[in-house]
Amino acid sequence: MIYQGKQKIWADYQKEIPDNHWFYVRSCIRQNFFPGAEKMFLEICREVLKKDFYETEYHTTCGGIAYHCDTIPQETVMTIVARQFSLMTEAGYENYVASCITSFGNYIEILETWREFPEVETRIREMLWKACRREFNKPKYVAHASDLIYKYRNEIASRAKFRLVNRFTGEPLRVVEHIGCHYSKMFPSKGVGGAEYPYVLCGMIESWGGNVIDYPERRHCCGYGFRQYHVKANRGYSVSNTYKKFESMAPYHPDFILTNCPGCPYFMDRWQYVIAETEGKTYGENGYGIPVLTYEELASLVLGYNPWDIGLQLHQVAVEPLLDKLGVEYDPSEKYKGLNEKELSRPELPGVLRCC
Amino acid sequence: MDFGFKISPSSAINLDNVDLTKFEELHRMEPDVYKCMACGSCSATCPASPFSGMSMRKVITALQRGKEKEAVAMLRNCMLCGKCSMVCPRGINTRHLILSIFRIYREDGK
Repeated sequence: MIYQGKQKIWADYQKEIPDNHWFYVRSCIRQNFFPGAEKMFLEICREVLKKDFYETEYHTTCGGIAYHCDTIPQETVMTIVARQFSLMTEAGYENYVASCITSFGNYIEILETWREFPEVETRIREMLWKACRREFNKPKYVAHASDLIYKYRNEIASRAKFRLVNRFTGEPLRVVEHIGCHYSKMFPSKGVGGAEYPYVLCGMIESWGGNVIDYPERRHCCGYGFRQYHVKANRGYSVSNTYKKFESMAPYHPDFILTNCPGCPYFMDRWQYVIAETEGKTYGENGYGIPVLTYEELASLVLGYNPWDIGLQLHQVAVEPLLDKLGVEYDPSEKYKGLNEKELSRPELPGVLRCC
Repeated sequence: MDFGFKISPSSAINLDNVDLTKFEELHRMEPDVYKCMACGSCSATCPASPFSGMSMRKVITALQRGKEKEAVAMLRNCMLCGKCSMVCPRGINTRHLILSIFRIYREDGK
């Protein structure tokens, strides 16, 4: 990747991101996949950076999964989203931040649709009033949570306890970034860095000392693809996509993968186990896989949080080789201990993929 | 282990009846060769191109089509100035790639 050329592209796709006062909405699935990620996002923003982030227990799904699986019409999704906006209006906020990439894409798509077709917005306002007697103001700004960590990246770097440097070699860690498809492929101007070479994760990696690795299938889908996975008969397509990506990145020997989507880290993490069991292949060093982290988990690691407090034990691919490279101290005996030292059940170890 | 689904082989139909053993060897040596998206920036900036027909884009395509002699003949016009490396949007080290192509494809090894 030629840095100067990318800087020119990135300069055309920068967006103003408000610094403070955000209404935060969670993802439907991330809390099951990597439950530490969203908790750490709020912890970092509220406690470390002292920003104002508000969330309410009354918000629901945005309907994005059902919409992209073609099971509900867009008007239904719009009404669900209109209700979320009404919660934001009720709480007195104007900046809206979504944890989920698909939600972010969904909100942007809906706001753009309303801008193009104001009569649709009027109809949705009527439908929301009939359904639950609510009214709303449109958000002044919609961001994805990774946009905010991108914005705060230098503040995080200034408080960092660890840099993305291999302590055994002194070299920057080789990091592969993977952007969720719904981040900017639909509306390139709404993402930091555009659609082809989004800068949002590259900026974090560079700021925290790592080296971004380019590889042929960099912009390929992670394999989740909604209908590819949700229909069991189609899951072969899903794992085939992931396999194609890993085959493409393997010659570049990345130390870990950084993602900003709910589905991508899950599938790139779990499918490594399936690929190992079916093809006998592992992509990391010494039989391990390539660890896949979310940007919140990485920010937490850089800031020096205990890896087991941020939920890294819930990854299929062992993160210990990465922690060793970073120089993060951890107690292996505490890996499966929950709150108040409660012993969690230990997972069965896979046959091929080395996990401890 | 049977998961009820498996990795599907590529469904791309390749009608080229060529032996790609050397190209696969090149890929092992230079993984970046797969990064090429045939944008042609290298060919557009090549100072040898206007008078010799040298085109890095054509070389990579020719190697994938089994036209090895044509590719190597074209590469003989390269002066290794490195302008193509500077403009490649995928950051391919084309100069290193050219030397690797010579190593693999030139039978006399010179």
